[in-house]
Amino acid sequence: MKPRQKRFVFIVVAVAALALVVGLVLNALKNNVSLYFTPTQIYNKEAPQGRSFRIGGLVEEGSVKREKDGLTVNFVITDKHKSMPVIYRGILPDLFKEGKGVVAQGKIEADGVMHAEEVLAKHDENYMPPEAADALKKGGAANASAATQAGAPATSPAK
Amino acid sequence: MAINWFKYSAPTTFYGLAGKLIPWFALSAAILFVVGLYIGFVVAPADAQQGEFYRIIFIHVPSSILSMFLYLIMAGYAALGLIFNTRLSAMMATAIAPTGALFAFISLWTGALWGKPMWGAWWVWDARLTSELILLFLYLGFIALHASIDDPRRADRASALLAIVGSVNVPIIYFSVKWWNTLHQGSTIKFTGTTMHVAMQQAMFIMLVACWLYAIAVVLARVRSIILERERNTVWIAELPEVRS
Repeated sequence: MKPRQKRFVFIVVAVAALALVVGLVLNALKNNVSLYFTPTQIYNKEAPQGRSFRIGGLVEEGSVKREKDGLTVNFVITDKHKSMPVIYRGILPDLFKEGKGVVAQGKIEADGVMHAEEVLAKHDENYMPPEAADALKKGGAANASAATQAGAPATSPAK
Repeated sequence: MAINWFKYSAPTTFYGLAGKLIPWFALSAAILFVVGLYIGFVVAPADAQQGEFYRIIFIHVPSSILSMFLYLIMAGYAALGLIFNTRLSAMMATAIAPTGALFAFISLWTGALWGKPMWGAWWVWDARLTSELILLFLYLGFIALHASIDDPRRADRASALLAIVGSVNVPIIYFSVKWWNTLHQGSTIKFTGTTMHVAMQQAMFIMLVACWLYAIAVVLARVRSIILERERNTVWIAELPEVRS
């Protein structure tokens, strides 16, 4: 082999080996890299016990209740399998809505409720004008194609 | 007609070619930036969930894409330089780094501005944000390492190694939102297409092309000055009309 072919092979092998190492390390640290635990993981006791951590999922429909002081909010975070009640005192982000994504940081106290110190909204990657969103909501998946022609997203049916 | 591509891998010929190309790239970038921003901020409709806030996407996403692609291109040039020992490859890698760093910074900055009103936080240590921050540090590390070694050829080799090693980070950034739970949403533009309103798509695409053209223009301009600096003792530089006068 010419020296330059040798260098080429060396670089390819080195990058491949490095990618493998990084892949293994990240896989081992999976739980530490993830930003939050799902309610199912908490149910399975995979989440840390007795200290603060983040939980993520959807705000359950019809679960948001404000207390009289107007600042304390009770709601339930669900991943459609298991759910977790949360209590939070503070200002919620604008995108906080029932049925939408949310990430809350806090500690599960003895009452089995997560007392959150911080609540963040998680939005999805779909962007569309309000009319298209309404059409999707009303018509469901069947009529989604009609909305598409009216100027909504041009691919894959609505979730 | 066969073009001899290797001819342009020599700084001597590439210097002139780059000089001729720069105005075209710069001009078309400027036009597309205006068109893209107009469609993005005036024509495209507001988003159902996020209202007007989402419009920062037209700067955020193209700069994120550029920051990742430019890194791969930089690492590619660095590898070419190591393998073939060509002078121009290493100069190109050095020329790309500041532009890549700029785009990584814009990506993080606009992301923070977007995150505060929508998520409720400027910054979270989720996998997407953290790996993009590492990308910025890799760019800065590359620039710093190259600047800290006096002999340019040795500087090229050392920083090339850093660039190649760092390229492992790029797929991590891209797939981070798939592999782990993150606050950052998934990719809007996937390999399989996108789920975006047509006018939004157009604005995004035009802004992306504009960013590419801008990046090419400034990288070519930068590589020209690097060539002048590194080859300053050669005859052909001394004979350049702009140097002689």
